[in-house]
Amino acid sequence: MNAPDAPGDGPLARRLRDRALVALILIGGWAVVAWGTGAPAFILPSPLRVAEAFVANAGLIGEHALVTLGEVLAGLALGAGLGAATAVWLSLSEAARRLVMPALVFSQAVPVFALAPVLTLWMGYGIWPKIFVTVLIIYFPVASAFLDGLRRADPALIELARVMGGGRWRILWRIRAPLALPDLASGLRLAAVYAPIGAVIGEWVGASKGLGYLMLLANGRAKTDLMFAALVALALGAVALHAGLGLVAARMERWRRTGSWR
Amino acid sequence: MSGDPGAPAAPPGLRLNGTLRFGAQVLFRDIALSAPAASWTCLLGDSGVGKSTVLRLLAGIDAGATLDGEAGADDGAALEGRIAWMAQSDLLADWLDLTGNLALGAKLRGEAPDLTRAAALLDRMGLGPHAHKTPHMLSGGMRQRAALARAIMEDRPVALLDEPFAALDLRTRAAMQDLAFAEFAGRTVLHVTHDPHEAARLGHRILVLTRAGLVEAEPPAGPPIRDAAAPEVLETQARLTRMLLDEARA
Repeated sequence: MNAPDAPGDGPLARRLRDRALVALILIGGWAVVAWGTGAPAFILPSPLRVAEAFVANAGLIGEHALVTLGEVLAGLALGAGLGAATAVWLSLSEAARRLVMPALVFSQAVPVFALAPVLTLWMGYGIWPKIFVTVLIIYFPVASAFLDGLRRADPALIELARVMGGGRWRILWRIRAPLALPDLASGLRLAAVYAPIGAVIGEWVGASKGLGYLMLLANGRAKTDLMFAALVALALGAVALHAGLGLVAARMERWRRTGSWR
Repeated sequence: MSGDPGAPAAPPGLRLNGTLRFGAQVLFRDIALSAPAASWTCLLGDSGVGKSTVLRLLAGIDAGATLDGEAGADDGAALEGRIAWMAQSDLLADWLDLTGNLALGAKLRGEAPDLTRAAALLDRMGLGPHAHKTPHMLSGGMRQRAALARAIMEDRPVALLDEPFAALDLRTRAAMQDLAFAEFAGRTVLHVTHDPHEAARLGHRILVLTRAGLVEAEPPAGPPIRDAAAPEVLETQARLTRMLLDEARA
């Protein structure tokens, strides 16, 4: 059971080492450009400068990060739930697939950036438009990944279940859903990366709290170092979220194959 | 559904008549296959000759083929709900342990599974110590035995078995044949196999399916289940082997 579960999986120490190395190279490149060009700090602050800004404003960044985190988690839960429910519905009804799928694909063609101002107009400056944008962004990847899994589920096993006298709801719950769990997991992995983007777009359009708001504020006052510090906080959060959901996803996949979560 | 072995409600015979096509290609023309009620019929033939397709048509599963004719029970009623089907691959649910796999049929029907019966059955099949293991921990032979156990667990008047013993070693195979024959006694069994010895041991009736069509072969004297090493069984095995080999040459 020590076979790799997904691309990129391996002994934890090696993975951490590899990632630290990549981070070091990127930060190093950034430092070389910043110092080499002699750009003023309000154009391109050096990594050191950003780190200082991060430490000096840790309280402020943390406060705004919590707001964004709340929006991201709420959007993630809501979007994943709605996406999974939609997949179940569409998997059961051919007519629904025919009618709803094109609308879903069309909804993906609408840039969320363009919608966000309208959402703020409708829902105000609170957390709801941010959650809604997040839901909009992650709903489709979750729904389409899970739907694919539900529909592709091993036809022979489904046939056996039918011969056994299973109705479609019980087949869905006992066979199709377990078989599609890895697909739902990969949808969730994608969602983890997209969700923070959704929340920040919502905050850019109109907010008084959150990392997106802080970044705009810092940018407007030429505090580029603070802007970058907030960006770093956002990126770290997204990476942590991705790792956390990746862990959940790996367990879902393992359960599907072995009946055990660990 | 009482779980009382050997006494299901009057099992029907099976029949399949007509011409079978894969797209434009004719697989069999005017085939007339029947399996009498409450007896064990072996359908012997080479791999790829269409034996599984026959089972799938009877089970009412999409077989990828079209039948101009009829397939079903000879009592006129639908076969739906009266069949236990064991496919060539074990089709075990990877996320359920063996007990869970045996209980799956009942759960899919919204019934309470008879776990005592499942445990006893697994014990008799030598799978008792593995009752709480999931399929990925088991060998191919064990998985096939578990699939057979699940078909027995279904407790239906008709059993459609597709190569149920193919993955087993000689001794386990003989033991499982004995067990399956006892468990399915009084039921209508259509057993697809490519092993002449198996057919000679088990069949009340032996049908040989070749590209030329369907012929009935004389089973050994005496009722099944027959001694695996009895001369008349081996003699029939030889005769059936000759039929299959001659067919391959023709």
